[in-house]
Amino acid sequence: MTDETQSDQTQVDQTQTHDRPTYDTVAVGDVLPGRSFTLRRADLVRYAGASGDFNPIHWNPRFATEVGLPDVIAHGMLTMGTVVSVATDWCGDSAAVVEYGTRFTKPVVVPDGEAGAVVAVAGVVAAKDDDRRVVRIDLTATCGDDKVLGRTQVFVRLP
Amino acid sequence: MGVDTSMAGRVYPPGPAYQVGREKLAEFATAVGATDPVHHDLAAARARGYADVVAPPTFAVVLAQRSERQYIADPAAGIDYSRVVHGEEKFVHHRPIVAGDELVTTLHVDSIRQAGGHSMITTRVEITDAAGAAVTSVSSTIVVRGEG
Repeated sequence: MTDETQSDQTQVDQTQTHDRPTYDTVAVGDVLPGRSFTLRRADLVRYAGASGDFNPIHWNPRFATEVGLPDVIAHGMLTMGTVVSVATDWCGDSAAVVEYGTRFTKPVVVPDGEAGAVVAVAGVVAAKDDDRRVVRIDLTATCGDDKVLGRTQVFVRLP
Repeated sequence: MGVDTSMAGRVYPPGPAYQVGREKLAEFATAVGATDPVHHDLAAARARGYADVVAPPTFAVVLAQRSERQYIADPAAGIDYSRVVHGEEKFVHHRPIVAGDELVTTLHVDSIRQAGGHSMITTRVEITDAAGAAVTSVSSTIVVRGEG
């Protein structure tokens, strides 16, 4: 995984030490810092190994085109697992996610080469649940002109 | 042969326990770009109040997809895997998964709907810990595209 905006260690450290949002200071409509992620073939192979999902449409161009795809595509679960960083980095605790769901609306096609596929992610606070002190963050993820995910909702419990 | 809709409602018995390891969590976290040290560093996880290193939000898919194969790969299910597209995925976490957990999965085939020649199949994997307490629920919808 290559992170376009936080590739140097200094910035990563900042995300771990910034003031964490608290339930009471967050408002519906707050916009989260967006990010873009580059997915290359090596990232797909790495995810295949880490997840155990070795479906050849994610690493074998010959197989992918034989089943009607334009090229190798990213695992939907790689995209889902990657984009949630926008929410977890914002709230400062990856384990604060109590619910996370998405629809896979378009495949992320990953051509060979360094350019890879770039997925741009934006997030907004969409709802607050006072009883549970949980906020719902809606994410959007686009690759080129395609919305690759739909109805992407991350529920995080805030202190 | 098409998808057998009569398998909706079926529940598969729990599989063998899955032992959650620190290195596996770190490997998965690296693969999805999760840089939070709670996934990689025991001291950081404990400083944050967790018993051990913590799983990223989608790690449970590793267990869920193993469990789902009992159904998807069952010849009686009638699923042509080369025609399968992932439609939706949802995780509900009752508590974070941490290294050292011994987790058991129970697979439910919640619904099989057919429309326009396609079959939409929703499965749910309930993950419990060694004490039998609910840890995570993973719902997945796949679409089996019709012929032609």
